[in-house]
Amino acid sequence: MTTTVLPRVTYINVKHGVASWLLTKDHKRIGIMYMIVVSFAFLLGGLFAAGVRIELTTPQGDFVSSDTYNRLFTMHGIFMVFFVLVPVVPAILGNFVMPLMIGAKDVAFPKLNLMSWYVFVIGFCFTLYALVSGGVDTGWTFYTPYSSNASNTNVLPVGIGIFITGFSSILTGLNFMVTIHRMRAPGLTWFRLPLFVWAIYATSLVMILATPVIAITVGMMALERALGFGIFDPRLGGDPVLFQHLFWFYSHPAVYIMILPPMGIISEVIACFSRKNVFGYSFVAFSSLAIAIFGFLVWAHHLFVAGISPYSAMVFSFLSFAVAIPSAVKVFNWTATLYQGAIWWKAPMMWVFGFMGLFLIGGLTGIFLASLGLDIHLHDTYFVVAHFHYIMVGGAIMGFFAGLHFWWPKMTGRMFSDSMATLAALLVFVGFNLTFFPQFILGYLGMPRRYHAYSEEFQVLNVLSSAGASILGVGYALIASYLLYSLFRGAPAGANPWLATGLEWTTQSPPLPENFAVQPVVNEGAYEYSKREIKVA
Amino acid sequence: MLEGIPLFPEQASNLAPEVDNLYFGITAITAFFAILVVVLIIVFAIKYRDKTGQKVGAPITGSIPLEVGWSIIPFIISMGIFVWATIVFFHLVRAPEQTLEIYSTGKRWMWRFQHLDGASEINTLHVPLGRPVKVIFTSEDVLHSLFIPAFRVKADAIPGRYSSIWFTATKTGEYHLFCTEYCGTKHSGMIGTVTVMEPGDYQSWLSGGGGMSMASRGEQLFQQLGCVGCHLDNGSGRGPALAGKYGMQETLANGTTVTVDDTYIRESILTPQMKLVAGYGPVMPTFQGLVNEEGVMSLIEYIKTLPPAGQAAAPAQAQVTP
Amino acid sequence: MPNGVGAHADAHGHGHAHHPALQHHFETLEQQHEASTLGMWVFLVTEVMFFGGLLMAYLLYRVWYPEAWSEGSLELDILLGGFNTVVLIGSSLTMALAVRSAQTGMHKATVRWLILTIILGLTFLVVKAFEYEHKWALNHIPGPNFQFEGPHARQVEIFLSLYFGLTGLHALHMVVGVSILGVITWMAHKKRFSPEWSTPVELSGLYWHFVDIVWIFLFPLLYLVDRAGQGGG
Repeated sequence: MTTTVLPRVTYINVKHGVASWLLTKDHKRIGIMYMIVVSFAFLLGGLFAAGVRIELTTPQGDFVSSDTYNRLFTMHGIFMVFFVLVPVVPAILGNFVMPLMIGAKDVAFPKLNLMSWYVFVIGFCFTLYALVSGGVDTGWTFYTPYSSNASNTNVLPVGIGIFITGFSSILTGLNFMVTIHRMRAPGLTWFRLPLFVWAIYATSLVMILATPVIAITVGMMALERALGFGIFDPRLGGDPVLFQHLFWFYSHPAVYIMILPPMGIISEVIACFSRKNVFGYSFVAFSSLAIAIFGFLVWAHHLFVAGISPYSAMVFSFLSFAVAIPSAVKVFNWTATLYQGAIWWKAPMMWVFGFMGLFLIGGLTGIFLASLGLDIHLHDTYFVVAHFHYIMVGGAIMGFFAGLHFWWPKMTGRMFSDSMATLAALLVFVGFNLTFFPQFILGYLGMPRRYHAYSEEFQVLNVLSSAGASILGVGYALIASYLLYSLFRGAPAGANPWLATGLEWTTQSPPLPENFAVQPVVNEGAYEYSKREIKVA
Repeated sequence: MLEGIPLFPEQASNLAPEVDNLYFGITAITAFFAILVVVLIIVFAIKYRDKTGQKVGAPITGSIPLEVGWSIIPFIISMGIFVWATIVFFHLVRAPEQTLEIYSTGKRWMWRFQHLDGASEINTLHVPLGRPVKVIFTSEDVLHSLFIPAFRVKADAIPGRYSSIWFTATKTGEYHLFCTEYCGTKHSGMIGTVTVMEPGDYQSWLSGGGGMSMASRGEQLFQQLGCVGCHLDNGSGRGPALAGKYGMQETLANGTTVTVDDTYIRESILTPQMKLVAGYGPVMPTFQGLVNEEGVMSLIEYIKTLPPAGQAAAPAQAQVTP
Repeated sequence: MPNGVGAHADAHGHGHAHHPALQHHFETLEQQHEASTLGMWVFLVTEVMFFGGLLMAYLLYRVWYPEAWSEGSLELDILLGGFNTVVLIGSSLTMALAVRSAQTGMHKATVRWLILTIILGLTFLVVKAFEYEHKWALNHIPGPNFQFEGPHARQVEIFLSLYFGLTGLHALHMVVGVSILGVITWMAHKKRFSPEWSTPVELSGLYWHFVDIVWIFLFPLLYLVDRAGQGGG
């Protein structure tokens, strides 16, 4: 019988006051603090996207000026990529549940963890400063020489902001990696780890190896802009394409920083709501590592039309096909996990179904772009825009919401309305498809990205897309409303409302300040649902 | 309502059908897998639904044969796609030997096209039907990208380098031309029209263009800038003779060899000390600032038309338009 | 269960008093030491990638513009660079001795070796500052005021951009390193370390050696490009 009242002492009420949060070393509180900042960034990024979609309902470019439009999509990209997608799962859910899942009292370096949050906030402030002082119009990719010489917007503060934020990411990855190596509960061997922990481990690897490169690349761009150093400057014989190589050496693996942790969430939620082992546990675990490693070898597929030699294009195309295989393996394993399960249709599972549909489309359209002959036509068109939104929003954000709904009772101790959450999942799924599916067609028709005004024949599809975006907006607003309601009025959840396996469900909800009353000991695999007697509530 | 929505771009070049077949092929394969997985998910989700949340699933942990199967089969299929797509790609990037060359420069926010015999145009491009055309271009400022959707061709314009696209137009008409690499304020205004004309119409259009041919403009520049003073035809000048050098290998002072192509000639005009031809001193000044990208292209065109030493006729003279 | 906080405090009390340096979320000092050491190694990996981005640019342009590279390299003062190399190698030695002293519990020797390391580090920075000052006087700082006579002036500007980028980043690491050593010296002076626990000294040692090794790579890459060939004419 689970408890139906909230526990007396929790990490939330153990201390009071703003200072107790700002000086906390508790990974759970730090996770919550990330959630607040990231939600704010998500709101800002969403508003910019709304501006873009309103502008694109008419072909003429009459809602805002072209300079404003360029700032809108640039700021949308910057906030969403660096301040939402990269931190959303690792820094929020990873921070909150990963130490719980491995039975640790905290991450290995709690002070460093807090420092990472501050570093993140400082980077965020620089970017906000750039925003209020006029914004940036380089696109989130900062391609030189436009960013270093031509743009007369506030590139420097954003560059500094991203440089600083990078360190937050590096330090978080370092912290997680050491935590997973050194802080596991007795008996929790590598192959008993929940797959979310595997995913976080693979993500940390990418964060540690790739993020320093973007930091130094943006740094070089900033030096060039501020002091006139000439590293990418074609007037000196420098190579603007080198910037693209270095930029994508980070930014392609960064896609895996965004998508690997949600993949881990999907494994957790599917196992729980199918009441089964994840099919092919070790294949799913190793596919995370394979994706992380292969992910480093495919960056130049962003440069197929940027004048790289046809032979290196061939190699990068081949490797891009290769990296698709471990992702496909994951999808097949998740599908197989459903087979002969006892599938409980609860809200987190609905988000997983949404994820599967969207990630499938996102992943498969990646095949189009990896194909050299097609990429020439599709590069820098709306096809690309649609593809990466399917991966990053359809995949990463849907996955995040699956995880948020799954662990919300653990984080807050309260339940949310299951029917509202299911409705929200449906709205987001429908709205998302309506927004982005037409963009595939637009892309093949040849509509380029980042266009303020466009030819009239593209209008119908753009209007469809904007209509979908408004449904998507309603969906996100609905989530915010019922979760906020649940925060104050939700029914107490009890320690394990989903009857899930996993150490995080063995402690009270919300957890104790140091997580567990007694040091947990593990003696079985992560998803032994079928061995388990499920108690009748 | 539906007929108002375009779903597919026009096919107006020899390359378009190849690219489109690839597109349909990949669409068919991926749609098959997408539908397969979605149907399985829906069937499983309904068939194995448990409304109570109290039951447990079957104790299945995995299957090696299945894992191997669904790793290898997609890999083989994707390798098939890879080979097909790469073949199409090489058709797209390898222009045939004999092409009609058109030079172009992109700068914020316009495309300027320069036909060999002198006609030049801004944001419009006229090409003849049924003849392979190669557009060679660079950028004067930031990155741009030249994209003609109806032809399925695209390449980035990079300052300091030459890029090219080629196509054979197969249908007369007017088609879009877009800049697809973000370049600032009027990026979406850096667009134009490609007009495909019957070869006869094209010829009469060209003759209406007037102006000097690129090669003669190049020759004029060659005189004006004083190149002629050092690059003597007989090779006795302070600079190497240029006649007949285009497309040849040249040995450099540091012992390496280089092919005399557009890029090398451009470098030699703008940064002459970089790759000196063996046997010549570093005496040539840079012409950076004295000649613009179009001037450089004209000079290249002039050098191309110079006959190998020993042949008398100077085609550059012969090509001057009336 | 929910009121297990009180019980928890005792739950992992193993009957002996905690070492003052043991943080609450670790079970043993050994676990804490292993975690910190692993953390430092991982951090150094990120540092390698950090310099890696610049070195990638260096490599590409060196292949493209070998003449400019040797030309630019000749502008650097090999004597000062060589002197600094010796200084840094020496500081690595004193650092290693400081770590050894800390591990064997010799407080005074630890402090002494640490101070010597700091002095050598500062020497390096001062010499570096003179080198920079010299470049400044010659207008060899890349940017609008850059002046350079030579056939490959523009590419030499790229070389010098990378020179300042790489050595500046390295010098920044030195400044951080010296500051950290300052704190460690103070801690050693307060006798915070013992043979049982000297992790901070060991970790700052790892960091110091890393910064040293970076210089060992930078010196030949920047100062010794094709110097033999140029010397011969």
